[in-house]
Amino acid sequence: MFPMLRQILRTGIVSEPSPPADDALRAVRQRLSETMLKQLGRALVIRHVDAGSCNACELEIHALGNPYYNLEALGIKFAASPRHADMLLVTGPVARNMEVALKRAYDATPEPKLVVAVGDCGCTGGIFGEGYASCGRVSNVIPVDVSIPGCPPTPLQLMEGILAALVMEGTAGASPA
Amino acid sequence: MQFLNLPIEFEPLSGHATPTYAACVNDGELRAFSEAAHAAGRRLVALWGSDERNREASLGFAVHFAFDLIEGLTCLTLPLPADAPTFPDLAPLFPGACRMQRAVMDMIGARPASGDRRPWLRHANWPADYHPLRHDTPDSRFPLDNEEYPFVRVEGDGVHEIAVGPIHAGIIEPGHFRFSVMGENVLRLEQRLGWKHKGIERRFADMGLGDGVRLAGRVSGDSTVAYAWAYSQAAEAIGGAAPPARADWLRALLLERERVANHLGDLGYMGNDVALSFGLMQFMRLKEDWVRLNAALFGHRFLMDRIVPGGVSVDIDDEGARAISDQCDAIERELRTLKGIYDEHAGLQDRFLTTGRITPQLAAQLGMIGLAGRASGQRWDLRVSHPCAPYDQLTPRIAVEHNGDVAARALVRFAEIKESLHLIRKILRETPAGDIRCDVRSEADKRGFGWIEGWRGDIFIALETGADGRIRRCHCHDPSWQNWPALEHAIIDNIVPDFPLINKSFNLSYAGPDL
Repeated sequence: MFPMLRQILRTGIVSEPSPPADDALRAVRQRLSETMLKQLGRALVIRHVDAGSCNACELEIHALGNPYYNLEALGIKFAASPRHADMLLVTGPVARNMEVALKRAYDATPEPKLVVAVGDCGCTGGIFGEGYASCGRVSNVIPVDVSIPGCPPTPLQLMEGILAALVMEGTAGASPA
Repeated sequence: MQFLNLPIEFEPLSGHATPTYAACVNDGELRAFSEAAHAAGRRLVALWGSDERNREASLGFAVHFAFDLIEGLTCLTLPLPADAPTFPDLAPLFPGACRMQRAVMDMIGARPASGDRRPWLRHANWPADYHPLRHDTPDSRFPLDNEEYPFVRVEGDGVHEIAVGPIHAGIIEPGHFRFSVMGENVLRLEQRLGWKHKGIERRFADMGLGDGVRLAGRVSGDSTVAYAWAYSQAAEAIGGAAPPARADWLRALLLERERVANHLGDLGYMGNDVALSFGLMQFMRLKEDWVRLNAALFGHRFLMDRIVPGGVSVDIDDEGARAISDQCDAIERELRTLKGIYDEHAGLQDRFLTTGRITPQLAAQLGMIGLAGRASGQRWDLRVSHPCAPYDQLTPRIAVEHNGDVAARALVRFAEIKESLHLIRKILRETPAGDIRCDVRSEADKRGFGWIEGWRGDIFIALETGADGRIRRCHCHDPSWQNWPALEHAIIDNIVPDFPLINKSFNLSYAGPDL
């Protein structure tokens, strides 16, 4: 026990301040109502769905939980079920074999829901493109609110995108949809 | 050149980083060679198919078998007729061959003569007679269908099934696990993978030789360095180019950095899976420090696209070398502390020890390789057995454990991080000066092979150019092909709640073998 406590004390708090939301990452006008956002506040539950990535995006999503980025401190956490989620974080080009599973996860997520496409593949299909086994970008299969490019996007870019989905359009100066 | 006392004439292939030999064989010769290789304790590296019909009218298909022999890599090619392509079933000798054979069936339409012939990469989303790697197969879309996959059922009083996936309850890749359980105990696990199949091998066709490396580096993102190096070796063999010595050394630096990054992450997650979130946070912190230095020095956290045919795209100066060396010292200190804590933590050891055990005997039978294999006494490490430059001068020590449980797989990781830190320091001291890249020009109708020990096991790439010098066929082989079936055995007689821990201790790639 003491070596553990000593290590924790020695490490200290390494968490860094979170980045601001990046409005440029928004794919469509925000669909969330003002009331909904008020209710949600900054407490957000995410269900991650890997629809066919190379797994590098997963490594960076994992990194969001490390003490430097400390995503949970912002009230954002990952859930095991889409039924508990406000947001789907989808990586990869959508493999044909994952198309049904992704649609089911989307249907199982309660309204109102947000979808964030992650990585160059999620945004455009990336290097894998479209073919007999790949549907290409996520928005070819389910509606997408925010797209975060990058191969893979860094944890900071992921946070900017996730926060962009949360910040209401009205606060950025434009009129709400 | 002949091997294993068999009268099969092999042709040595020039320009390969590991001695490589190829031969064209018939059914009988393939069987004899496989049996002799098996008897000699050697292993099947990979198995893949190709369509040869557009080369010459008389040709049909071909299935290729790569073996690891003491002398080097041998590739046997078995030509098959166009009308009824059938090849011998190697799964009785090398169990890992089973799924590879099923994949060949899906992709090319050549069938194993016996054994399991259920589809593997195809999930009823395209018809059974649509073979994507045949040259005359058009790029088509078919309506989605729900697959009724015939899982093997366990019957008996009180036996029930738990179906998990493809989407799992965490931030992990998709796959389906079908557990047959009695109470808490797992009687049988059957995996259904292939969910991430996105047609990578078809995508390679007609790419330029230099362009393919980006795609190869994205077969399994956590092993991007190893894939890019293996691909580059294959491309350099085709182009007859040898990278400058400095490039070889820098490649090894990047590969060892990839190994350490992944091992650090895994040790954290293994702690997390036994409810020691302290371990997760500490190791993830170290991993973050590690990949941040990658970004600062090499411009990418996971070092994607840093190895290219002909050499590397990044160099390092004295200041960078000092930063890496300092980091190695810091990580080594932290690692010693954390290993002490893991070793002393009764709760953690209680969950790690004897959990998910694969005995060395079973591991040999299953043909386990790589990190998980070494934790079960299988001494396979290309850096030691077939060292390419600069590993012939680095002389790494192999890390082997014999208990084959979760604890053993953790110990191998600890030992390998320590060894990698040692290798990195040696690389920083001894890297020769000079160029970091040479020109690689493609040549028509040539074959090249690449073979690199990634952090998970050996990654193998078989590359072939067509008459126009562009890629005709590129097969990427992930070590997870061999080790996934072993995971089915590791869980037997363990309790269901230990599965995430056992799975994490293997940490196999879904994207790699799904292709």
